[in-house]
Amino acid sequence: MDSKQRSNYVTSIADNHLILGQRLGELCGHGPNLETDIALTNIALDLFGQTRSYYQYAAQLDDAFASEDAVAFLRKEHEYHNVLLVEQPNTHFGFVIGRQFLFDAYHLLLLEQLQYSADATLAAIAQKAIKEVRYHQRFSSDWLKRLGDGTEKSRKKMQEAIDALWRYTDELFEMTPIDQLAVDAGIGVDLHALRPMYYQKISEVLEEATLVLPETNYFQKGGKQGRHTEHMGYLLADLQYMQRTYPNMDW
Amino acid sequence: MSEKELINLEQIFEERIERDEKIEPKDWMPEKYRQTHIRQISQHAHSEVVGMLPEGNWITRAPSLRRKAALLAKVQDEAGHGLYLYSACETLGISREELYQQLHTGKAKYSSIFNYPTITWADIGAIGWLVDGAAIINQVALCTTSFGPYARAMVRICKEESFHQRQGYEIMLTLCNGTEAQKAMAQDALNRWWWPSLMMFGPKDEDSPHTAQSMKWKLKRKTNDELRQQFVDQTVPQAAILGISIPDPHLKWNEASGHYNFGEIDWEEFWQVVKGHGPCNKERMEARVGAWEEGAWVREAAMAHANKQTNKKVAKAS
Repeated sequence: MDSKQRSNYVTSIADNHLILGQRLGELCGHGPNLETDIALTNIALDLFGQTRSYYQYAAQLDDAFASEDAVAFLRKEHEYHNVLLVEQPNTHFGFVIGRQFLFDAYHLLLLEQLQYSADATLAAIAQKAIKEVRYHQRFSSDWLKRLGDGTEKSRKKMQEAIDALWRYTDELFEMTPIDQLAVDAGIGVDLHALRPMYYQKISEVLEEATLVLPETNYFQKGGKQGRHTEHMGYLLADLQYMQRTYPNMDW
Repeated sequence: MSEKELINLEQIFEERIERDEKIEPKDWMPEKYRQTHIRQISQHAHSEVVGMLPEGNWITRAPSLRRKAALLAKVQDEAGHGLYLYSACETLGISREELYQQLHTGKAKYSSIFNYPTITWADIGAIGWLVDGAAIINQVALCTTSFGPYARAMVRICKEESFHQRQGYEIMLTLCNGTEAQKAMAQDALNRWWWPSLMMFGPKDEDSPHTAQSMKWKLKRKTNDELRQQFVDQTVPQAAILGISIPDPHLKWNEASGHYNFGEIDWEEFWQVVKGHGPCNKERMEARVGAWEEGAWVREAAMAHANKQTNKKVAKAS
């Protein structure tokens, strides 16, 4: 695996955090109460912190990127390799929690392996992030249970969100050629191996939340190849607005 | 309680304040003191929470990852300030729901400054520099106010606010050392935020009927006009370092007084914004009321879930 490929691997992990952080950032000041507002902002902050560590490393590995900001702001839509799940909109609080929960369960499993990466920088980033993501998972699981096993209305809304987001879960475990190269080089994570543990964890929490495990077996993919949902263009229009309107300036 | 006993209590109360003792929630206090504090502390809490909106507006569009994280952290601090202040207010015997109700119905006010729009990135710098700068001047005086929970909340808030102010000034400095387009953005922001910032200190002393009582209770240590002058004196040299000009043709150093003279505030605009006719009063209230109403099912679910958990524990124990 050459250093450009390694940089691609690193950004493909971090793109998920950037895009999910961006979605959470939209909510700041609009949460159902101050406590959840603060907690979701905290999660966004953790995700952006992780994004910066990964992107700084990616920029070191690939001369095409002048800085972390070049990685974050100056790519075309098809060059972002995040999964479709994280770009899904904040339809209502049930979707926010559902998206977070479905991502956190994956994220924690990923980091638990990535901390043993032969790449010392990746291992260090993962070791730091793992503590944060444990908290994220606790937060999203707790809320999933509150909303699932709360009122009739909340159960319906939470189930609606899980049903709608379910079709984006399988993509989390898709292995791209870069993922495979990273596994072969001993620095990456074998995502196929995480899949059974993931669905096991998800079904346990859903059961506790008195929610039904969706039965859909048809899944949406494409994010990891840079083919995104219609939501992504709008998200990037906001994200890249300043860098595109005022190119080559320091902020 | 007889009238004589009441007079006695009031006298003891006033003497305690005179000696700079803190009044704590369980202590006896005159009803007017309680009401004034509920009004002021809740107004302050509401300002923190409504203040999240104009800045939150730029989180998704911040120009770099570092700025994005810093802005998120700042807006989160404001939510935290809102929390301490609501808690301080609750010690006076009012619930958070009632306080929100007062905000949402327009009964309670919040700082008018947040009814101005944030239309460029430089506004985020200008808010940190000017609005947080003005807030600190108002708030430092409150660190020694007579009501204990408010004074303690203020100590913590002031520390964070001064960090925010430095951060805002640093955004302005970066813009002013940048390209022509960036410097123009900074100047435009100063043009729009200067006068509303001066308005943050409230009406002129002669039009501020509560000042005398508030000074007595140490809810105010200096008058509106004194604080405003302090802000002008402190900010003019900062603008000079930035190399941008303050939009006031009457601004002039006065050797004799040792202060800057400055022009007249547009009081008509001040009162219009207070009365709800500012550029964004409607949007701010819609956003707050919207978040509250859309969050109702979430709060109800959390409550229902907590009750179920308690019932399960009780059932297990019995």
